[in-house]
Amino acid sequence: MTTPSAEVTAAGVTDRLTGLVRALRAHGFGIGTGESVDAGRALEAVGFADRERMREALAATLLHQEGQRALFDRVFDLYFPASAGPVADETAGQADTAALRERLAAALAADDRSALARLAGEAVGSLGGYGSSPGSDGWSSYQTLARLRPETLLARVRAMLRDASALEDAGSQAPAFTDRLTDDEIRRRIEAFREQVRTEARVRVAERQGRDRVARRAVGGAADSVDFLLAGRAQLDELRRTVHPLARKLATRLAARRRRAARGRIDLRRTLRGSLSTGGVPMRPVLRRRRPGRPELVLLCDVSGSVAGFANFTMLLVQALHDQFSRVRVFAFVNRTDEVTDLIARGSSDPAGLGARILAEAELTGWHGQSDYGSALGEFVERYVDAVGPRTAVFILGDARTNMTDPNLPAVRLIRDRARRVHWLNPEQPSLWSTGDSAALAYAELVDMRPCRNARQLGELIGRLLPV
Amino acid sequence: MTTGYFTSVDDVAERLAATGYLASPAVATTVFLADRLGKPLLVEGPAGVGKTELAKAVARVADARLIRLQCYEGVDESRALYEWNHAKQLLRITAGREESWDETRTDIFGEEFLLSRPLLTAIRSADPTVLLIDETDKADVEVEGLLLEVLSDFQVTVPELGTITATRRPFVVLTSNASRELSEALRRRCLFLHIGFPEEELERRILTMRVPGLDEALAASLVRVVGALRAMDLRKVPSVAETIDWARTLLALGAGTLDETVVRDSLGVILKHQDDILKAAAKLDLDAV
Ligand SMILES: Nc1ncnc2c1ncn2[C@@H]1O[C@H](COP(=O)(O)OP(=O)(O)OP(=O)(O)O)[C@@H](O)[C@H]1O
Ligand SMILES: [Mg+2]
Repeated sequence: MTTPSAEVTAAGVTDRLTGLVRALRAHGFGIGTGESVDAGRALEAVGFADRERMREALAATLLHQEGQRALFDRVFDLYFPASAGPVADETAGQADTAALRERLAAALAADDRSALARLAGEAVGSLGGYGSSPGSDGWSSYQTLARLRPETLLARVRAMLRDASALEDAGSQAPAFTDRLTDDEIRRRIEAFREQVRTEARVRVAERQGRDRVARRAVGGAADSVDFLLAGRAQLDELRRTVHPLARKLATRLAARRRRAARGRIDLRRTLRGSLSTGGVPMRPVLRRRRPGRPELVLLCDVSGSVAGFANFTMLLVQALHDQFSRVRVFAFVNRTDEVTDLIARGSSDPAGLGARILAEAELTGWHGQSDYGSALGEFVERYVDAVGPRTAVFILGDARTNMTDPNLPAVRLIRDRARRVHWLNPEQPSLWSTGDSAALAYAELVDMRPCRNARQLGELIGRLLPV
Repeated sequence: MTTGYFTSVDDVAERLAATGYLASPAVATTVFLADRLGKPLLVEGPAGVGKTELAKAVARVADARLIRLQCYEGVDESRALYEWNHAKQLLRITAGREESWDETRTDIFGEEFLLSRPLLTAIRSADPTVLLIDETDKADVEVEGLLLEVLSDFQVTVPELGTITATRRPFVVLTSNASRELSEALRRRCLFLHIGFPEEELERRILTMRVPGLDEALAASLVRVVGALRAMDLRKVPSVAETIDWARTLLALGAGTLDETVVRDSLGVILKHQDDILKAAAKLDLDAV
């Protein structure tokens, strides 16, 4: 990828550099004047012909730690895009999607990076545009990926690789040991391609709406402020790494609250009994010794499609906090409900695969794959209502999008009446709660519902809402 | 002030390769910039990815003297910068009994009694020098203050001798495993380079270069298995150093290709923890280890 960008010349470069530095500062990077000056000198030293060298030169001068790199790369791609503007063939219609998929499969099989980069551009150009004006009103990576569905190419790519190696050592013996690695390798390549599509869409949107705006908004910040619903796979991976530090922080906070709560409650009965020896004058107040009885927690999670990332993160967090409770039980649902407590406990060794295993091993869907809160809540009440008692805090996680089915409010009412308390965490912002098929407002009348859009908010909510 | 060892990024890559270090584009670019801008290079990354080796390779290429300050817990100014040779000073004092104290004092705080440590040696060196401050994160925070001073102006003040300024700026490499966060101030003095695990193709070339006689196909398979291990959630994933060890082991065992048995029997060379071995074996579908 050494294509020089037509626009990137010494003259334009200063502006871009200034914009990039401004955007990075807005994301909280501490960049002083000295570093900006060094960055300029570094660019001059490596020249403007090789984009990857420019990227490294800026990273070397502007960054101070690796944790900043992912965000830096996203911002860099906006200010120093690979090609100047959208490519020509914007007209390719649906009919060509099949051809595009076939070329994508070939590039994935060959692991041809520059072809993959080109294809990402082409895919966003032909499949990602929306709106009515000639050049499109915007570009959506979500739409591109939904139409192109690169994740479904696994089998095709595998077949191509098998054909290629059969050709190479014709008639050779048993399958090679490394064959078993192939699927995962293909998956990683597909994921990298999906990320390229996201970058490409951002770059195009930036060209239309102005870089500065997109750089501030769309590249995502530190992992814990990434919107659960918008996070890509890489961001979810990043996020997962924050589970344990967050759990540690919360555990300390909960312990402190518990200490505070345990202090200063007077046990009247025992104080009076003690006062008998002082002639009935309560000289020594006896403080109530709180039984170490810790609360019970029930987590009820929608793990369908877009909210799965949110659910999985929360499950891992709760698992990491399990010491804080006398009992934790976790239930997952799409349109049926199943207990997944054991899967989560085992999941801490392979957090990345958790979501897939839940979907594979638990009974979560009936005859269709869409979420149906009504049926799922009904099944929970029917099969597991004993899990909920007067010492239980229940957290329900989900966007409350019922796909137009009956929300089954009585089930929620029943859970509420049995539990010590119920909180509903919704990854959507409140302004969306009344839109489309969301039953959020109806549920919110019964139980306490709160928006919870990113890990930082989740940490705050859990720290505040958990009973001690 | 630049060190002026290299003429271009390509020049860096080619000459490092000629001495046996294969640089990724990021490494080549950043080394070139450190040379051009005359700034210290802070290299971070997991163990065994070639951080130390990079500094050595630059020294070889530039035909420079390699001066190494190995950091550890408790390293201090007298180990890092300079120290007076007390024993020798005492001898000198007893030898010159009939001198006045003033005469003796000017004498015993002279060059002859100074023990120069890596930082001072590097500053005073008139020849091309690569100063390697290895495992900076192991040193205590106070040493960072010292480094900061030395690396800002490349000068050292010895109260008894005055200020010593570098006549020729050394090429400075600091390495860190990030076992402790280095201070923001020190980071700001440096160019930052993170060396991660190499791309498949680069690691294959490193293997072929470091392990002569290794079959190409076997090298490719090894690198793929190592890549799969790195994608697993292990306590310690294998680094380049382990890949090289593994290749050497297989070569010594005379294994021509990777198969189930070979991998199962040699997994201990690349993975250091028993639970990692078990987990990897399960994920790789190996029969019981
Ligand atoms: N790019 C490379 N080219 C050639 N050899 C390499 C390369 N990267 C690593 N190696 C080899 O890998 C081994 C480990 O390198 P080195 O000791 O420099 O690692 P390190 O990053 O300093 O590790 P530590 O953090 O443990 O000190 C050495 O044998 C080195 O020669
Ligand atoms: Mg080292």
